[in-house]
Amino acid sequence: MSQDINDVIIIGSGPAGYTAAVYAARAQLKPIVFEGAVTAGGALMNTTEVENFPGFPDGIMGPALMENMRAQAVKFGANLITDDVTVANLTSDIKTVIDGEGREYRAHSVILATGSSYRELGLDNEKRLSGHGVSWCATCDGFFFRDQDIAVVGGGDSAVEEATFLTRFASSVTMIHRRDELRASKIMAERAHNDPKIKFAWNSEVIDLQGEAKLSGVTLRDINTGETRELSVTGLFVAIGHDPRSELIRGQVDLDAQGYVLTGAGTTATNLPGVFACGDLVDHTYRQAITAAGTGCSAALDAERFLANLHSK
Amino acid sequence: MGATAAVTDASFANDVLMSSKPVLVDFWAEWCGPCKMIGPILEEIAAAHGDKLTILKLNVDENPATAANYGVTSIPTMNVYQNGEIVKQIIGAKPKAALLSDLAEFI
Repeated sequence: MSQDINDVIIIGSGPAGYTAAVYAARAQLKPIVFEGAVTAGGALMNTTEVENFPGFPDGIMGPALMENMRAQAVKFGANLITDDVTVANLTSDIKTVIDGEGREYRAHSVILATGSSYRELGLDNEKRLSGHGVSWCATCDGFFFRDQDIAVVGGGDSAVEEATFLTRFASSVTMIHRRDELRASKIMAERAHNDPKIKFAWNSEVIDLQGEAKLSGVTLRDINTGETRELSVTGLFVAIGHDPRSELIRGQVDLDAQGYVLTGAGTTATNLPGVFACGDLVDHTYRQAITAAGTGCSAALDAERFLANLHSK
Repeated sequence: MGATAAVTDASFANDVLMSSKPVLVDFWAEWCGPCKMIGPILEEIAAAHGDKLTILKLNVDENPATAANYGVTSIPTMNVYQNGEIVKQIIGAKPKAALLSDLAEFI
């Protein structure tokens, strides 16, 4: 297997990676897709109802949507590998990647779709209290905070989604946000404002976490006045945004200052011939399942065109 | 059934705390995406190392008492018990290689 030169390797398996896989597989390119050892399916695996993916008027659960995309890629012959890529060499004509078990794969082209990862608060106690009250996944951990007072940090759509979901369990959810209004879309913000269990700590940032064995409270600072106060909560869900997962390719593929992969206008091509990028790894503007799927499609078509030129030489 | 078996609130004392072998308990639930990722990995580890380490799965929906008892607030949490005490705690899904290295002292 490792001696063959494949047409295309896809790294990542959110809507971008799976859509690229569907298109590449349908184009008979026999893509190899590295889904990720524990991240297969991408960010939507940790969500609940997706209401805005076209074609599902009654909504669909995030994990079910990803399972469908995966099945569609498999149906057309994509070779899915549930492992991470630990090393990627993309600068030569023949690209090589190495998986978590040390196996090497080669290909003429690579599609990068590694998405983004949750941003951390950057506080001293954060690691220690992770899994002991501090969480990044409401759908995984909300259950454990039944009848407790908890908080969500952040003010975007994901923060509101988490807060709304958490009201099923918690007695109160305080949204801690740096501004004096939510950044979330109007429909989401209204949902939060109309929810009697959701309270707000405006103009506030978390500067410290309290608790020894488990979280007992957070210290908030008022952005405007500098005043600090304690908020007594047993759970803190962090939803302050994402950072692109570009460590694997840093130094080879051109990135912008925030670490997003740079592509040319109207293309998914990167600075390296035969290397294409799509999804949240590239996009710091829209970051939707449907936009990721859209650019995943573009990347597969760009790779297909690149390979056609290559093979006709 | 695979190489892992289920444990419940009722059977926990007998199957885990009284076990002569170390026991890894995987606290999981149907609705937890990362738990589903780690399920097959634990099956493989159980199949390969079942002689040294017993791996049991505890559904937190059906068995809330044990999860609450051990202060589990995040899943997947994998606790290793030896002679009735927690000797190792792994929180969150990890790739197989990382799990194996965390469990190296037991397998």
